[in-house]
Amino acid sequence: MKAALIVAVAAASIPLAASAQGTYPNTGRDLAASCAICHGTNGVNAGGMPNLAGQPQDYLARQLRDFRDGKRPATIMHQISKGLTEEQITAVSAYWSAQKAK
Amino acid sequence: MASDFDRRAFLKAIGAGTAATAAPAILTACATAPAEPAKPIGRVIVIGGGYSGATAAKYIRMWSERRIEVFLVEREAQFVSCPLSNLVLGGSRQIGDLTIGYEKLREYGVQVIRDEVTEILVERKRVRLKKIEDLAYDRLVVSPGIDFQYDLIPGLNNPEAQKTVLHAWKAGPETVALRKQLEGMRDGGVYILSMPKAPYRCPPGPYERVCQVAHYFKTAKPRSKVIMLDGNEDIVSKKGLFLAAWNDLYKGIIEYRPNQEAKDVDVKGMTIKTEFDSFKGDVLNVVPPHGASLIARQAKLITANNRWCGVNWQTTESIAVAGVYVLGDATLSAAAMPKSASMANNHGKLAASAIVATMTGQPLNPAPTINNTCYSYVSDREAMHVDSVHRWNPEKQALEPVAGSGGVSAQRSELEKQYADAWARNIWADTLS
Repeated sequence: MKAALIVAVAAASIPLAASAQGTYPNTGRDLAASCAICHGTNGVNAGGMPNLAGQPQDYLARQLRDFRDGKRPATIMHQISKGLTEEQITAVSAYWSAQKAK
Repeated sequence: MASDFDRRAFLKAIGAGTAATAAPAILTACATAPAEPAKPIGRVIVIGGGYSGATAAKYIRMWSERRIEVFLVEREAQFVSCPLSNLVLGGSRQIGDLTIGYEKLREYGVQVIRDEVTEILVERKRVRLKKIEDLAYDRLVVSPGIDFQYDLIPGLNNPEAQKTVLHAWKAGPETVALRKQLEGMRDGGVYILSMPKAPYRCPPGPYERVCQVAHYFKTAKPRSKVIMLDGNEDIVSKKGLFLAAWNDLYKGIIEYRPNQEAKDVDVKGMTIKTEFDSFKGDVLNVVPPHGASLIARQAKLITANNRWCGVNWQTTESIAVAGVYVLGDATLSAAAMPKSASMANNHGKLAASAIVATMTGQPLNPAPTINNTCYSYVSDREAMHVDSVHRWNPEKQALEPVAGSGGVSAQRSELEKQYADAWARNIWADTLS
């Protein structure tokens, strides 16, 4: 009984500890939501934009880095990608990659 | 829902219970999409179905996996987009192109209620409505938009005057009526747009509007003129790009007058009075100063300059009232944050993330990051943008523009017009379907 209680307390404290360390679980989800104004909910394009949902993570991350580093020309993405951290690029690419393309 | 009668009965039934114990059987019967979970973990009421409120409603349902009940209270039958509404004045879009129903939100299980909240009872966590009984909430989202301060322009401070001199700064019937005034104007006439001092809704909007009216004049009434009276000392947004468009496309049509804040309007004489000057026109378009809508004032959510609602930008929770989240143009903007549709939509997501986390006992996003993208159409063929990225700084407890990011178009282009159209399709879908 006592052991079970300790386990339960330890388990309950994990999300708090993780949060303090900055490993928030929904970084990719939340950032993808911000990009949805142009790219559609969950990266599913609603018309006139490339579909991000279901693309390979490496491909998506590389495009963001190439925009940021000036290797891929753009009208706007070179400006927006400079606002993202490496951690955010990895997280948002992983999120889109895991979404179903419609 | 089938009819007003059904809806009333339905709301009476669930309104009578507490927020946490609404009857799931009724909800399941009413929804068109997958069944509700057996027991909702709480209820969120959203006041106002614009870009921010509708987005919050949808994303709370999505991210809570339908475990949080969401009621969206909206007084209008349909959503009409302010972005692109200047194109109705220019003639390249119809208002119907910008009008979208709320049906698709119901597929997420959002209960869309066509009514108006008349009072927020903060202590009792309830809202009072015009048509139906009070509703209880666990969290409240206030996204009411703006009201105009007509008391600052005495000649317009009556309903008759406001039928003649329009703002058309909320898209809908006024947009269509202003277009009709422009169509009815003689060739050789003068259209005047008067804008208040910043902050106001949509920083580049006025400069886009004079482009669109000039575009219409250039093609249909080439002897006519556009005068812009700006309450600000200079062009507020995309200055170089707008100056280039005016010079290249509308030379001799658009006259820009900075530091000309409207102090009064003589409606009979069709004259706008500023501090030292008077401007007579054939079509007057006066956008008065504005602030958060009345319901925000009544709930004591206004904290800044007697006009705007201060929020914690990590979560959008009001700094005045706990458990109430304020979104959209009613807020006191964070540093370098425009009052735009893109920002409003993203406010909805900041709120959804924070509300779902709080109600499900999960951690908050420690560094939420959102981006703003605003396109302006300078004609029926070309557009240009401004964008920025904003990140929560936990040390400073402030949402700040990320250094080195953001910017404006290198030049206006037909390609960016295509992107602007795509932005509209995607943000409408993201907000409402």
